[in-house]
This record gives sequence, C-alpha cells and structure tokens, in this order.
Amino acid sequence: MADMDLGNAKKMTIICTKGTLDWAYPPFILATTAAAMDVDVTMFFTFYGLGLLDKKLNLGVTTLGNASMRMPMGGMQMAMPNMIGMLPGVTAGTSVMMKNLIKKKGVASIEELREAAVLSDVRMIACQMTIDLFEKKTENMIDEIELGGAATWMESALQSDINLYM
Amino acid sequence: MSDIKPDEVLDTKGLNCPLPILKAKKALKGMENGKILELASTDPGAIKDFEAFCKATGNKLLKSWEDGGVYMFLIERVV
Repeated sequence: MADMDLGNAKKMTIICTKGTLDWAYPPFILATTAAAMDVDVTMFFTFYGLGLLDKKLNLGVTTLGNASMRMPMGGMQMAMPNMIGMLPGVTAGTSVMMKNLIKKKGVASIEELREAAVLSDVRMIACQMTIDLFEKKTENMIDEIELGGAATWMESALQSDINLYM
Repeated sequence: MSDIKPDEVLDTKGLNCPLPILKAKKALKGMENGKILELASTDPGAIKDFEAFCKATGNKLLKSWEDGGVYMFLIERVV
C-alpha cells in the first residue's frame, strides 16, 4: 500500500534554524508536501527554529537586514526600506501586513501547516541543547515533539535520501 | 468538461500551494483503489504539481483541463 511504511519509503530530514514568519514557510511546506508524497519526514528544530514548536505562535517578519524584501502595493512592488525596521512598531506592522497578505492569497498559516505535518506523522525533534540554552519550557511546546540532539538527527540523516538545512 | 464520472469531488479554489496537494492526499487516502477524484484549483502551479504528485505517489492522473481560470484534475486512486 502506498500509504504504509514498508521500510522502503523515501526519507527526508530538514534542519529548521529560523523562527521568523517568512522562514517558517519553506520547511513546513516541504515537510507537508513530502509527507503527502509518501516520504518519511524528520524535522529537527534548533536555535531560533525551536520557536516554531511553541503551542502559541506569534511569528513576525522584519525589514531589517532584508534588502530584497518587496511587498505588493497597489499593483506595484514596494521595496521595504531597511532602516524603518528600527522604529518601534514597524516589525509588528510588517508582520500584520504579511499575515493579511497570506490570508488574502489563500496561503496556509504556519499553524495550519504544522497541524498538517502532525497529522501526516512528520517526526519533529526539538533540540535539547537549545532548550537548555534558551531556558525554554517543553510544556509550552506542542505535545507531538520528541527531544534529541545532533546524533538523533545524524542517525535519521544517514538513512535519508534528502537532507536540507534551512 | 469530462465524460468520466468522479466518485469524489474536491474544491480547492482560492487555496495556494501546498494546500491543494495536502487536501488531495487526504481525500485520496480515504478512497478505495480505482475510485476517481475530481479536483478543482485556481493555483496555476497546481498543473505541474499534480503531475509530479501523481508520478511520485503512483496515483493516476487521468485528465486535466482548464475551465475559465479553474484547473481541473481527474485522479484515479491507485493503492
């Protein structure tokens, strides 16, 4: 059966290191799509990527250091001036703008994609070292995670056909 | 239009990548071998994506066509 793991399914791992709204998309889109295509997926969340496992997500995106950021505005592509990102409230405003755009364009929210990942048995490993480093509490994270370290990822990566770092 | 009668119909109009694929997968999972799913999408990327999806999962893309900005797909469930 195509849906069952007969031990010969293709495998993929993704290391997720970033926790901003924009960078949350590539790993979750690829993980859910791969799972839908019968690939066994392992996601390893480390450093800022660990925040993507929080029960309550409040992801943001900043113009700072993001020189290639363009937002559609009145049929034009508007460059987001890097420097205004330093002003109070601008990051929050940009994040709201992005979330509205996401909704308007029928793009899934990160919460939806993460739920889809959970439902399709994507394995999610939270980096134990990062949890200790940032004093994060696992009770604030979704229940479906397992804890592990570099060796846990390696073990999975060595058997995988695709390993991505994001 | 198509003369093949689908067993299930799925409307993913307005949804963007990867939602049409995820919803198609969910629908196909609950279908028996040989049953046919008709799917509608407004995502232009869906044309290539459903070809790739079917190739990788073994489900059969029987037919795809465009109907006034809506991309239609007929997929046969292959278990």
